[in-house]
Amino acid sequence: MVKLRATEPTPRLPLEIGAARLAAVDAGQVTSVAPYPGCDVTPVLASAGLAFPAPNSMAASGALRIVWAGREMAFLLGGPAPEGLEDLAALSDQSDGWVFVQLTGAAARDVLARVTPLDLRDAAMPVASAARTLINHMPALILHNAPQAYEIAVFRSMAATLVEELEAAMTAVAARAELTA
Amino acid sequence: MSTRPRSQSHRIPGRGLIDRTKPLRFQFDGRSYEGFAGDTLASALLANGVRLMGRSFKYHRPRGVLTAGSEEPNALVTVLEDGQHTPNIRATMQELYAGLNARSQNRWPSLGFDAMAVNDYASPFLSAGFYYKTFMWPRAFWERLYEPVIRRAAGLGALSGVADTAVYEKAFAHCDLLVIGAGPSGLIAALSAGRAGADVILVEEDRRLGGRLLADQPLIDGKSGVAWAEGIAEELASLPNVRVMTRTTVTGAYDGGTYGALERVGLHLAPRAELPRECFWRITARRTVLSAGALERPIAHPDNDRPGVMLASGLRAYVARWGVNPGPVVVFSTNDSGLEAARALTRMGVEVAAYVDPRAVPVVEEFPVYAKAQVVGTQGRLGLKTAAIQHAGGISQVDARVLALAGGWNPSVHLACHMNGRPAWSEKIAGFVPVADMVPGMAAAGAASGVFSTAGCLADGLKAARAALDDLGIAAPDVPLPLAEDAPYAIAPLWAVDAGGRAWLDFANDVTTKDVALAAQEGFASVEHMKRYTTQGMAPDQGKSSNVGALAVLAEASGQSIPATGTTTFRPPFVPVSIAALGAGGRGEGFAPRRLLTSDAQSRAMGAPMIEAGLWYRPSYYPREGEADWRAACDREVQMVRKYVGITEVGTLGKIDVQGTDTARFLDFVYSNMMSTLKVGRARYGLMLREDGFVMDDGTCARMSDTHYVVTTTTAAAGLVMRHMEFAHQAFCANLNVRFTSVTETWAQFAIAGPRAAEVLATVCEAPELPFMGCAELEIGGIAGRIFRISFSGEMGYEVAVPTRYGADLFAHLVRAAEALGGGAYGMEALNVLRIEKGFLTHAELDGRVTAEDIGLGRMVSAKKDCIGKGASQRPELVAAGRAQLVGLLPVDPAHEISAGAHLYASDAKPLRENGQGYVTSVGPSPTLGQWIGLGFVVNGRKRHGEVLRLYDGLRGRDVPVQLVDPVFYDPEGGRMRG
Repeated sequence: MVKLRATEPTPRLPLEIGAARLAAVDAGQVTSVAPYPGCDVTPVLASAGLAFPAPNSMAASGALRIVWAGREMAFLLGGPAPEGLEDLAALSDQSDGWVFVQLTGAAARDVLARVTPLDLRDAAMPVASAARTLINHMPALILHNAPQAYEIAVFRSMAATLVEELEAAMTAVAARAELTA
Repeated sequence: MSTRPRSQSHRIPGRGLIDRTKPLRFQFDGRSYEGFAGDTLASALLANGVRLMGRSFKYHRPRGVLTAGSEEPNALVTVLEDGQHTPNIRATMQELYAGLNARSQNRWPSLGFDAMAVNDYASPFLSAGFYYKTFMWPRAFWERLYEPVIRRAAGLGALSGVADTAVYEKAFAHCDLLVIGAGPSGLIAALSAGRAGADVILVEEDRRLGGRLLADQPLIDGKSGVAWAEGIAEELASLPNVRVMTRTTVTGAYDGGTYGALERVGLHLAPRAELPRECFWRITARRTVLSAGALERPIAHPDNDRPGVMLASGLRAYVARWGVNPGPVVVFSTNDSGLEAARALTRMGVEVAAYVDPRAVPVVEEFPVYAKAQVVGTQGRLGLKTAAIQHAGGISQVDARVLALAGGWNPSVHLACHMNGRPAWSEKIAGFVPVADMVPGMAAAGAASGVFSTAGCLADGLKAARAALDDLGIAAPDVPLPLAEDAPYAIAPLWAVDAGGRAWLDFANDVTTKDVALAAQEGFASVEHMKRYTTQGMAPDQGKSSNVGALAVLAEASGQSIPATGTTTFRPPFVPVSIAALGAGGRGEGFAPRRLLTSDAQSRAMGAPMIEAGLWYRPSYYPREGEADWRAACDREVQMVRKYVGITEVGTLGKIDVQGTDTARFLDFVYSNMMSTLKVGRARYGLMLREDGFVMDDGTCARMSDTHYVVTTTTAAAGLVMRHMEFAHQAFCANLNVRFTSVTETWAQFAIAGPRAAEVLATVCEAPELPFMGCAELEIGGIAGRIFRISFSGEMGYEVAVPTRYGADLFAHLVRAAEALGGGAYGMEALNVLRIEKGFLTHAELDGRVTAEDIGLGRMVSAKKDCIGKGASQRPELVAAGRAQLVGLLPVDPAHEISAGAHLYASDAKPLRENGQGYVTSVGPSPTLGQWIGLGFVVNGRKRHGEVLRLYDGLRGRDVPVQLVDPVFYDPEGGRMRG
């Protein structure tokens, strides 16, 4: 009997261009959590040190992260869902459905400004906030992990396009920087 | 012909904001010249004594540069770079770089001798609207001769015909305060808001900040305005909350405080591989200050368009900012700004041969003053030689190289009018000014609002910033008002000199005062009609220097006041924007995201041509050695599946996890047939109707547990079905305990189809005994996966699913196993033939216009329950007799090919719309039946099996008889797949 091997979704990473770096992220187990109408998931999540995130927020507890991912939807990253959650919320394994990358460096925000219409200023998108938005024409989830670090997730089938378009933005930003250098 | 000018023969030593330590060689019309860093192409040409820069649009009259800015109507050139060329570049906006190669336009064979200038002699026949009155006869000549000739003669520059493969960018920015224009008003507004801590974006079209300060160089706080601007620029650059964007033009004002802006990123340099040429910005601002300044007007007088005639403000800029020595100048002015220009030129060492003003100005100046006078003509076809001045004593001819026109100033109200507002006429400045709140959140300041003195602009800028900061709830800092000149602006407008000869209004489209008067005479008295009749204001400059003048001439011709005559509106873009910038990143495959299957790399490596459907790239067929074309491969693949086994990736189909205690009930509501009765471990084919009763999609529904179903959808309908279910839940039954999650991407899924499918399956898992339409979870290749016993090919078949990361490896194993048994991978062409042979439907048939009954699945709308669309599907017209019904189509002659999209008629009927009996939706060459087959819809089709109709495809010239048959061509009992 064969034993199946996994394939890397973004073999071209990491890429370093100018003051920006793009690297692959292993987000671990990813589970979508959609609480059923009228169900309160707070106690079960609390047992894992987490709470259901308000829109645009995210939190971490140990290896687990929970991120707001849309209307009445959160993504749990980094580990299995706490026991009992499946009775209160629809859980669906999304580990293979999304590809995660991290964009870092002094130019990260400038690069991101080429591909998303979001207001990226600190007041609008502080560290530890998340947003469902677009990266060009791709539906995406953006997590602002640190001042110069943005984690970006899009559908796994669009991984090649994501890398290409971020690479193009990084290249353009670096080319400008060279002018003023 | 004049001799070649000496290099930079027309420079004033020691003057100008150019860097004389950095000479730059450039070419214009094949001749080499030299300029300096800081020059534009226009200033460098003038410095080299070149005044002739172009030929006018209609009459091919020799023209020179009129302005020093982005409103330039005459000096449009083509810039050659890198095997590419860009037409219609304003020479005033093209910054000089080493090796710049530019060429004049709209002339043949040369700028100095243009054969098309014959148009100028035919001008009495070519006045406004001439093409409405001529070229009518003979009728046939219009398409054959007149139109092609007119098309060839029209236009200015020409495209290269070579695709533009350069890099362009798009980007987004957000701020509290957007300041448009960095003249005195804008600079002080940005400074004020910047010091207050607001997020400011200051946008300036020029390469450096300062606006008119760079040309007029007034004193501010006792020091040069240029130095003052530099000081502000330095402070702004040091503030982290201020972004200064030079070389950027705001092109449009849109809803919600959004502005479009075009940044020239690399156009001032020789092309560099990775540097974007331009960037199109979308800027969102909570408040905006429009400090865009004002544009000077020329004066319409006979022959006011010779090379050497320019705006006084432009001339001042060329002298003060670019150190150009123009030679003797005549200034023709109607206002104090023009008088001040003459004085400033004299101070800078320029010879002002005459100052001409229709007003009774005092004659005590350092130059000859002709009061109560006007210019009535000029001489010098290829370059101004003399100006004719009419005054009390008669007409004097004065020698001059430049005639500087100062007809007054138009505040730049354009952006403020982009949301359909109309500006107000100000008698005081004889110009239009913005009205408050035409664009919500935007306020004009400085010259853009009709304030023209330096002190006035500074005060206005501070005031606007204060008001904006107030609105934003940010405390305004104390910024002291600098001291500057506050001279009044007196003007007695002279719109047109009537002295015989043609007086030019719109230089870019060659429109004269006579044309405008003609429009009024012919009854086109509204400004909207005059504009279209004469084409005034419709050139690339959009009438920036002619709108008001033309309006004034029209007002006089129709006996109305200017405000009563009105103004046409302004729409984005304010300046020409290249399509490449608007569409940055969208060329070729960049147009849309590519969705790739897990088997993508392997399919391409196997030589499969890929086709795009719904953003997914799927293999068309897998060519093997000796196969000449797609048909050979397709035939082989179909037979391979029917005889042995085939593998294809079907992961593109939408998959939705539907979970919750009310799932079954909900699915009964959205599906037309019963899903609640489905047993765990079974799948069922279902139809979903739209609310209007037509079929929306079909798919399979698999029950994994009591409260968990997996719904599949057609590839392109995945999002549609998801939205439909979300809407139904939220709008109709929000209390139902059910949730939907897309899992299309989460699973890689493969069809294993054919009599030997089970053998292939055995190589990757220990498959349980599954009944037809059964499903189960099981380990595949050591990974938790799923198996479904379903078939789209009509053969014994399974679909196996594993988490996407294992898809590529699973595909490799399955194909290897299949090939060992005489089978292999198959693509979309074969998939399509296989399913047509079985009468299985896709969205080619379910195109949104058919009901369940039309496709012969009326019994799938359950009588036992309600569902979305059921009521509407029973409307009289949807159940009436005479509807088109699904049929199979078989060419009577097996050698005939048929086409999808063809229509069907009675054998003896003409192929006209009124005789239509039906249409063809899908076709394919069937090796199983040995001929082409198809599916389609025919009126009362189910009762007409055996009848022969005429299939007609006018596009491809097909006209063949086809027989109507049952849509299931092969194995109608389904024994092969149910086996």
